[in-house]
Amino acid sequence: MSPLPGILKGLATTARTAMRPTHTAEYPDVAPDLPPRSRGVIALLEENCTSCMLCARECPDWCIYIDSHKETVPATTEGGRDRQRNVLDRFAIDFSLCMYCGICIEVCPFDALFWSPQFEYSEVDIRDLIHEKDRLGQWMATVPPPPALDERAAEPGEIAAATKPARGAGLVGGAGTAPGAGATGPGARMPRTVRPRPAGTGTRPPTPREPLTGTPESVPDDTPPAAGPPADGETR
Amino acid sequence: MSLLEVAVRSASVLAAFLVLPLLVGQTEHKVMAHMQGRLGPMYAGGFHGWAQLVADGVKFVQKEDITPRAADRWVFRLAPAVALIPYLVALATIPVHPGVAAIDVPGSLVLALAATSVGALGTLMAGWASANKYALLGGLRAAAQLVSYELPIVLAAASIALAGGSLSVATLTDRWSPWWMVWQLPGAIVFIVAACAELQRPPFDMPVADAELVMGAWTEYTGLRFAFFLLAEYAGIVVMSLLVAVLWLGGWHGPFEDTLGWLWTLLKGFAVAVVIIWVRVAWPRLREDQLQRLAWVWLVPLALGQLLLTGAGVVMGW
Repeated sequence: MSPLPGILKGLATTARTAMRPTHTAEYPDVAPDLPPRSRGVIALLEENCTSCMLCARECPDWCIYIDSHKETVPATTEGGRDRQRNVLDRFAIDFSLCMYCGICIEVCPFDALFWSPQFEYSEVDIRDLIHEKDRLGQWMATVPPPPALDERAAEPGEIAAATKPARGAGLVGGAGTAPGAGATGPGARMPRTVRPRPAGTGTRPPTPREPLTGTPESVPDDTPPAAGPPADGETR
Repeated sequence: MSLLEVAVRSASVLAAFLVLPLLVGQTEHKVMAHMQGRLGPMYAGGFHGWAQLVADGVKFVQKEDITPRAADRWVFRLAPAVALIPYLVALATIPVHPGVAAIDVPGSLVLALAATSVGALGTLMAGWASANKYALLGGLRAAAQLVSYELPIVLAAASIALAGGSLSVATLTDRWSPWWMVWQLPGAIVFIVAACAELQRPPFDMPVADAELVMGAWTEYTGLRFAFFLLAEYAGIVVMSLLVAVLWLGGWHGPFEDTLGWLWTLLKGFAVAVVIIWVRVAWPRLREDQLQRLAWVWLVPLALGQLLLTGAGVVMGW
């Protein structure tokens, strides 16, 4: 009887499966264990946003709404020039349109948008799916810390910027700058962007990986650091 | 037999008839779920969904009882009862403890088998009276299946009757010896396979093949009448499992059988029911021709061979 082995195999397979733990996720009772890079909801860190509109323009289905206005910041020094800065009035993401592509997060130059694994924000009324900036800001608490960097990876942009000597330091202080002076010296600029700390690094203060060996001519270049341009850029 | 005794016996059979199928149904939910890597019902009743089938029953009661306009009204409405009641009768004939059976008649084996065959008639009536092509096809398939598998069932049971020299289930169980489990084994296998087919359980569920016949003969049924068909199926599992338990597995024979005999019968029957559930989960549905082929090419000759063997054994005085 040729089908007999298959028949017994079927019985064995089902019996073996019955002995193993089940795969059922008891979702409402047990929270799912989502990977940190899950695309649940988009969180907004309002302090970092410069109303540059890049996210809104790149959004494939135009679900980001940004309103802003300019405010004049009076000069801080006598005879100085008044500065202008953007003030964010409205930042809203319509999650009924959002297709969770993450392009806005990719293009944001100032790390103002983050993925959060939170996904329990369904609504009865579709209009309630428009999350205004306060609600988007509340999601920041759920943003997981970024995964630890790989061993011997390049420094994160903030740390590289922080450890860079202050502008003009090379010219004034000369070539004998000690390692670490860039971070601790009076001229050091801390990054203006705030960002969740990497899981591995904790609260360790940023330390330079290698002593600065640049010549005085090469140190002060005018290009702003990649991750911390507002220090120069916004009030220029 | 006094009127009170009749009432007590009837009530106890009815209680068993309402509890045991639910127990088997819940076991099926859970066993099937775990065999598929799931948990099965978890909410109804609190603890691991024990009240799921009670909740299902409440749901069925609330549903509208619809009779299609073109249906053969009386036959349509009568069919669930015809499917259900015979299993109640069959269950009453099964002894669970030495000397304890709701109906103790000399030919209880014949009565039980006859009653279970009537059950399939309910499916036929439903299929014909629904005035629905799916139901009709399902009914016809059920009829063909009934004709094919009734024979192996009767032959396998006849072998046991021959071995025990009686037509009374209680007497047969009384004369049972562990040796029967060996030399009546082919008959037991034939009986279980044919019982699955008679109950139209997967892998023999061609009459209700939901992918092609919607729900076979039950397509047009709703609410409580539909629930009766389902209850009949699970009551059928209970009856067939208990028959296997008392005829082939010795029923109440076991340690402390004077006090715990009923427990042994129920446990053995439950084990057979789990096997029937297991088979349902493990194997895909047989095609109509494969189904007929299995009955006529394998089961009937096997049952006849078993009958021959038993006859020889009885004559030789084994």
